[in-house]
Amino acid sequence: MNQVSGETGRRPVGAAFIVAAGLAALGALLIWQGSIIPDKGGYAGIGSGGMPKFVGWGLVALAIGHIVTGLRHSAQPHDQQMLVPVLLIITGLALQLFLLKPLGFSVASGLLFACTAAAFGKRNLVLTLLIGIGFAFVVYGLFDQLLRLNLPAGLLENLIFGG
Amino acid sequence: MGTFELLLQGLSVALDPVILLYAVIGVVLGTAVGVLPGIGPALTVALLLPVTYGLDPAGSLIMFAGIYYGAMYGGSTTSILLNTPGESASIVTALEGNKMARAGRGGPALATAAIGSFVAGLLATLALAFLAPHVVKLALVFGPREYFALMVLAFVTVSAAFGDSALKGLTSLFVGLALALVGIDGLTGQARLSFGVPQLLDGIEVTTLAVAMFAVGEALFVAAQGLRVDKVHEIKGSVRMTGQDWSRSWRAWLRGTAIGFPIGAMPAGGADIASFLSYGAEKRFSRYPQEFGHGAIEGVAGPEAANNAAAAGTLVPLLTLGLPTTATAAIMLAGFQQFGLQPGPLLFATSPQLVWGLIASLLIANVMLLVLNLPLIRLWVKLLSIPRPWLYAGILLFATLGTIGVNPSPVELGMLMIFGIMGYLMRLHGYPIAPVVVGLILGPMAEQQLRRALSIAQGDWTTLISTPVAAGILLLAAIAFVVPLVLRLRGKGKILAQIAGEED
Repeated sequence: MNQVSGETGRRPVGAAFIVAAGLAALGALLIWQGSIIPDKGGYAGIGSGGMPKFVGWGLVALAIGHIVTGLRHSAQPHDQQMLVPVLLIITGLALQLFLLKPLGFSVASGLLFACTAAAFGKRNLVLTLLIGIGFAFVVYGLFDQLLRLNLPAGLLENLIFGG
Repeated sequence: MGTFELLLQGLSVALDPVILLYAVIGVVLGTAVGVLPGIGPALTVALLLPVTYGLDPAGSLIMFAGIYYGAMYGGSTTSILLNTPGESASIVTALEGNKMARAGRGGPALATAAIGSFVAGLLATLALAFLAPHVVKLALVFGPREYFALMVLAFVTVSAAFGDSALKGLTSLFVGLALALVGIDGLTGQARLSFGVPQLLDGIEVTTLAVAMFAVGEALFVAAQGLRVDKVHEIKGSVRMTGQDWSRSWRAWLRGTAIGFPIGAMPAGGADIASFLSYGAEKRFSRYPQEFGHGAIEGVAGPEAANNAAAAGTLVPLLTLGLPTTATAAIMLAGFQQFGLQPGPLLFATSPQLVWGLIASLLIANVMLLVLNLPLIRLWVKLLSIPRPWLYAGILLFATLGTIGVNPSPVELGMLMIFGIMGYLMRLHGYPIAPVVVGLILGPMAEQQLRRALSIAQGDWTTLISTPVAAGILLLAAIAFVVPLVLRLRGKGKILAQIAGEED
């Protein structure tokens, strides 16, 4: 639920408690944030802080629900998850995030493309990176030049389309 | 002016060559994403939103509707030939359709799905045209409390009524509601939960969340399952149906339409629920019940008709009330808002050209889809042979393209990544995705209606149940919440778990 619940599922019963902790934390955050808003309820009686508090208490209630079901049932085990492909894709997304500005859309997205292809079994990085950059470059040309979407340009884009 | 004249006027808009082009792009894209497993209509519309920002509003919305319809057609192809549903509303189609394909009757299965979709799409779109003006009249007497009640009903049906656990559905919904609170409060201008980060003041983009949950989350999930190879069944022989196929199919098509349209039109869940109910009905009414589970043609014809009819039905609350009841409809609503249009009774008065052009385009789109899906079916099947590394690498590239196009900030891309991981973990532990998206877009609307209603009544909470309509809808919502709860407690939750709504 919350990104803190990054367990691998080795102990399925534990999952419910981790989710419960995440929900309770999020709920507490909402209740706190809702209550520090100066609440001028006006005619309605509830103002800007009302909804955060309501959703916050709802999340706390759901956290309690998770604890109750976690104690009563054991969660169904799910299939063994392969961590390497997941990490490869996340690495690709992170690379794109950090390299988008300095290297431009085509190269950064080409890296994401290659990482994703690697996650699905195409491990020849030289080949997939070249295909990825080429593909991303075509996409850049189509969307930035033709459809006027504003994509970050790098050296490659400026070289060809002249900035 | 009667509905008929309005529809004719709409046709004159829809037959404009540029609009026709948008419709063609929409149905082709829709069929393609329907056929491809892993991407559905909600994601595709979300990806296209930023791209269409500078384009013609009417054309773009017609394209979105074309995608929704097209995906309902295309999904059946994957279900029948691959036994993996191309989109969630085609899960039941796989039950009988894939059995037929294994028995070498894939052709007739595809044909009955396509023609059934056509019949249902046509009838349901006409029903939409004739029903919408009446709902608009009804909507005019709706005040904030009625809208609030309707939204509560939509919340319950999308999260708690179906699926394997009300707890998980509600958890998804509340996470969506929590995310919806980030940003500036629409009524008072108060910044909430933005923690001093300026990018958060705008709130969380529906498109970012939808793309992250559906595209990134799905890619992570599929990648984590390791390498598997699905077997595509070749279409053997002709796609032509025999006389017996026809006589067994047409009643199923009509029944599917009759079940699907009302389900879509009421805030009672989307196309997947309609197709499950239709499957159940066909099993009961069939004269060949022993064939069910071994490739009964009714089991393909009915659900496929039902999911198309439900897609058309979903447009009734969306266009007339501005109320999205599925993830795809929620993102289409974001599409309307992107062009400064607010669906609802007023839209019928201020932009009749657009509304009726859209409805008329759907009729034309149906004809296009029949052509695309019957004679050209073999082309679509080729899409299934795209190797998965390229397919998912491409999907992720386009997924990030949409976000980068709107806002190339590290914050936005970081959110895409975090929500993507969240989407993966939610899938892994069986939490539904659609309630998060619906909660994000309907949450602020429900809050505003609630506070308006309370303002009008000067803080008196009983105002919420002071009219029969509002009280009735809230009662319905309570029933939709309690009855499944009781059913689950009495061990009948299996049926509900099967009707789980995933995406549309």
